[in-house]
Amino acid sequence: MGLLSDPVRRRALARLVLRLNAPLCVLSYLAGLAWFLALAFPPLTQRTYMSENAMGSTMVEEQFAGGDRARAFARDFAAQRRKSGALPVAWLERTMRSVGLEVYAQRFSRRLPFPDETHERYMVSGTNVYGILRAPRAASTESLVLTVPCGSDSTNSQAVGLLLALAAHFRGQIYWAKDIIFLVTEHDLLGTEAWLEAYHDVNVTGMQSSPLQGRAGAIQAAVALELSSDMVTSLDVAVEGLNGQLPNLDLLNLFQTFCQKGGLLCTLQGKLQPQDWTSLDGPLQGLQMLLLMVLRQASGRPHGSHGLFLRYRVEALTLRGINSFRQYKYDLVAVGKALEGMFRKLNHLLERLHQSFFFYLLPALSRFVSIGLYMPAAGFLLLVLGLKALELWMQLHEAGVGLEEPGGSPGPSVPLPPAQGVGLASLVAPLLISQAMGLALYVLPVLGQHVAAQHFPVAEAEAVVLTLLAIYAAGLALPHNTHRVVSTQAPDRGWMALKLVALIYLALQLGCITLTNFSLGFLLAATMVPAAALAKPHGSRTLYAALLVLTSPAATLLGSLFLWRELQEAPLSLAEGWQLFLAALAQGVLEHHTYGALLFPLLSLGLYPCWLLFWNVLFWK
Amino acid sequence: MAAPLALVLVVAVTVRAALFRSSLAEFISERVEVVSPLSSWKRVVEGLSLLDLGVSPYAGAVFHETPLIIYLFHFLIDYAELVFMITDALTAIALYFAIQDFNKVLFKKQKLLLELDQYAPDVAELIRTPMEMRYIPLKVALFYLLNPYTVLSCVAKSTCAINNTLIAFFILTTIKGSAFLSAIFLALATYQSLYPLTLFVPGLLYLLQRQYIPVKMKSKAFWIFSWEYAMMYVGSLVVIVCLSFFLLSSWDFIPAVYGFMEHPIFFMFIQIAIIAIFKSYPTVGDVALYMAFFPVWNHLYRFLRNIFVLTCIIIVCSLLFPVLWHLWIYAGSANSNFFYAITLTFNVGQILLISDYFYAFLRREYYLTHGLYLTAKDGTEAMLVLK
Repeated sequence: MGLLSDPVRRRALARLVLRLNAPLCVLSYLAGLAWFLALAFPPLTQRTYMSENAMGSTMVEEQFAGGDRARAFARDFAAQRRKSGALPVAWLERTMRSVGLEVYAQRFSRRLPFPDETHERYMVSGTNVYGILRAPRAASTESLVLTVPCGSDSTNSQAVGLLLALAAHFRGQIYWAKDIIFLVTEHDLLGTEAWLEAYHDVNVTGMQSSPLQGRAGAIQAAVALELSSDMVTSLDVAVEGLNGQLPNLDLLNLFQTFCQKGGLLCTLQGKLQPQDWTSLDGPLQGLQMLLLMVLRQASGRPHGSHGLFLRYRVEALTLRGINSFRQYKYDLVAVGKALEGMFRKLNHLLERLHQSFFFYLLPALSRFVSIGLYMPAAGFLLLVLGLKALELWMQLHEAGVGLEEPGGSPGPSVPLPPAQGVGLASLVAPLLISQAMGLALYVLPVLGQHVAAQHFPVAEAEAVVLTLLAIYAAGLALPHNTHRVVSTQAPDRGWMALKLVALIYLALQLGCITLTNFSLGFLLAATMVPAAALAKPHGSRTLYAALLVLTSPAATLLGSLFLWRELQEAPLSLAEGWQLFLAALAQGVLEHHTYGALLFPLLSLGLYPCWLLFWNVLFWK
Repeated sequence: MAAPLALVLVVAVTVRAALFRSSLAEFISERVEVVSPLSSWKRVVEGLSLLDLGVSPYAGAVFHETPLIIYLFHFLIDYAELVFMITDALTAIALYFAIQDFNKVLFKKQKLLLELDQYAPDVAELIRTPMEMRYIPLKVALFYLLNPYTVLSCVAKSTCAINNTLIAFFILTTIKGSAFLSAIFLALATYQSLYPLTLFVPGLLYLLQRQYIPVKMKSKAFWIFSWEYAMMYVGSLVVIVCLSFFLLSSWDFIPAVYGFMEHPIFFMFIQIAIIAIFKSYPTVGDVALYMAFFPVWNHLYRFLRNIFVLTCIIIVCSLLFPVLWHLWIYAGSANSNFFYAITLTFNVGQILLISDYFYAFLRREYYLTHGLYLTAKDGTEAMLVLK
């Protein structure tokens, strides 16, 4: 306690902080960025290894040979589908029953909050079909899931064929200790969400679905399969799930083991694995893949059916078969063998996957960065906010000591310090107004879409997006109006107090976000922290204003879209980028309402009001 | 049984004597963990010398002991080390006999329950035998005497040891069943530091249980006995306080020993905060109660030293509670240690906050009487430090 209570040492510390503040902040920010960029390099990345004992040392000999059968099923399915236009439920039920599974179907329907332009649907109704392979001598307490999402745009018929062939093969084996559920969903992710909600007996997203007749116990792991051609050149694996949740690393290690065993070519983020880690090439490629993963995780979208399983603590992966121009191709048997191997190993699990990491970043399929090594990057960035807040506090306190405090009104229920020399009235108004704008941004677009569509010649989806942008831009005009409402009592100190509160608010939000979704937290911190630290009403206002606008949440979203496409080596032109941006906004709002994605509420209710506070500080009179 | 106890006593006394003669004695008596402003020997000596000079020992607001302690040491100041060693020995002996009696009562009760077939049939290995209970009193005495904490307190001559003796005798007399003596010792212990007041209820309950008086509202014997015990306790307390008054011919000792008589509401605020921090299952509702008082101490704001850091700690912890809960229960990745760490940090923040307010209060009082700008003797600016 000596440091905090001894006046001599306190004064020395205060002087140190005030004098060295700017260099410390810059150093900390650069350290954070440098640490992040260094994550792809060898001391900070480690080779992956299988942590779960039950999946490690068992030898499996795959015997799947149903390639022809799979292709036949696939052709039938495609034909039936073309004939009926939707999922051929009766055919699926019949085929699954003939293979020997217990078959059930589930109807679901949902009215989306506004029409989805990307998938062209509004009133969605469909049927999921699933068959359960009961383990011969077990008590049906645990199960594994193999799911194939069938949407209108991707028929996935080969995947369905492979699923049925695998089911037939598995049915003939006696070593299953867990039940296996073979699930075919309609309208891809919407169907998966309906099935999961009904299976776990919850209703999180307002989906109407019929209750499930057959269950198979707690789901231990799930694999989602997407194949659209008879031959594949590589298998792409997707791990990022809803809200940036990731499956246990052991599941990925499992997949990689079987890829290596079967000689399959596996890709991550659609790119081949870097081989040479000793020179600079490997780590640079790894950095590219790391950035892609960070961008995908930050978006919080479920990049495949597996993303929705993660919320229910079911470890899941999505495997996509890619057919590109390469000489060596694999047929369905190879994919089937890999899946068979994975399921046999998962069969050995004694308890849920918990040994390996839940929070990691992947520079390559065989390398990972654990949370203990990547967190300091975010810590350094948030330290800047802390230092700035401390400096402001000391400046305020030095000026306020020795003065008589005017009787300020008692603060809100949060334990803010009692009235400083500024009076809290001048702080409460900007806070409330910014929060109200955030609330408007969250609620109005979907609520007012019909009104907007009536008065302007736009479709509902466009109306939502345009309302979003309009409210966002309207926030920029606020400071000119807030000052008419608030009577400025103290001239100079007001903006300091407001900035202090805004810095703490931003640091708290970013801290909480980083704990659950590191990529989103880091991305937002990297863009918003410099602008937030620099904002002040003196000096070159236009420069700071430009910086603040360029680092606002919406601009960050636009920038990351461009960066993402740039990293995928398919760069966008400005017009395309803008179109993609509008589509991303619509998807974000939609996914919040249909799956419970949190990016939209976080940005509109949390970060946008905070950003508005800094905008207020910048234009303080 | 006397021989092993005597042996333990001899060993304990030897250890203490050795430490008293060594150079560690000075060092230990300065340590914050062992002595507090309320129990430090230096302050007893200070009060005694003031008394010798004819000044009231409570004049300098340094001395916080009771008048009975002053008079005890007034006569025994030359034998101070011996007094503390005897105190420890007396505590150990009191505990020894108390636990011996207690074990007898326990064993009798167990026998009764066995005969009444109150226990399940297959719990033979859980039944306690006299054999295993034989050495417990000795172990208790051993634990107390040879505990490093006790040794350190004795060597530092902290008056906490005297309080321990009084409480030990209270326990002994309660277990033996003598209500009168139990009330007297409890009054003496409460007189020295207020907290043993909370031992009144357990003491009363044990005495009732011993006489097989049921604890029911309707039972007349219950009310009669409770009233007697309470009267004995309050009577003894009153007698002791009046005696103290006559010893020093003033009531000065009351504010010095029990403190904050002029500011009972502030005292109440601190007490509520301490209850909220240290209770067994705290929730944020307990915290909310004492936080409502903050506007009352608005005027102390300028003397608070760490309010920024503390406010940040408390806000951050409050926000991290749900996040870490989510990570532990729903994301399945964190574990209870994270949540526990945040609880600890929250409590540390609260404790620092309360001590900050305490310091601010005392500082303002000091400034009010001594002026706002302090100068040392040579005219330079002086600084106020809380010791």
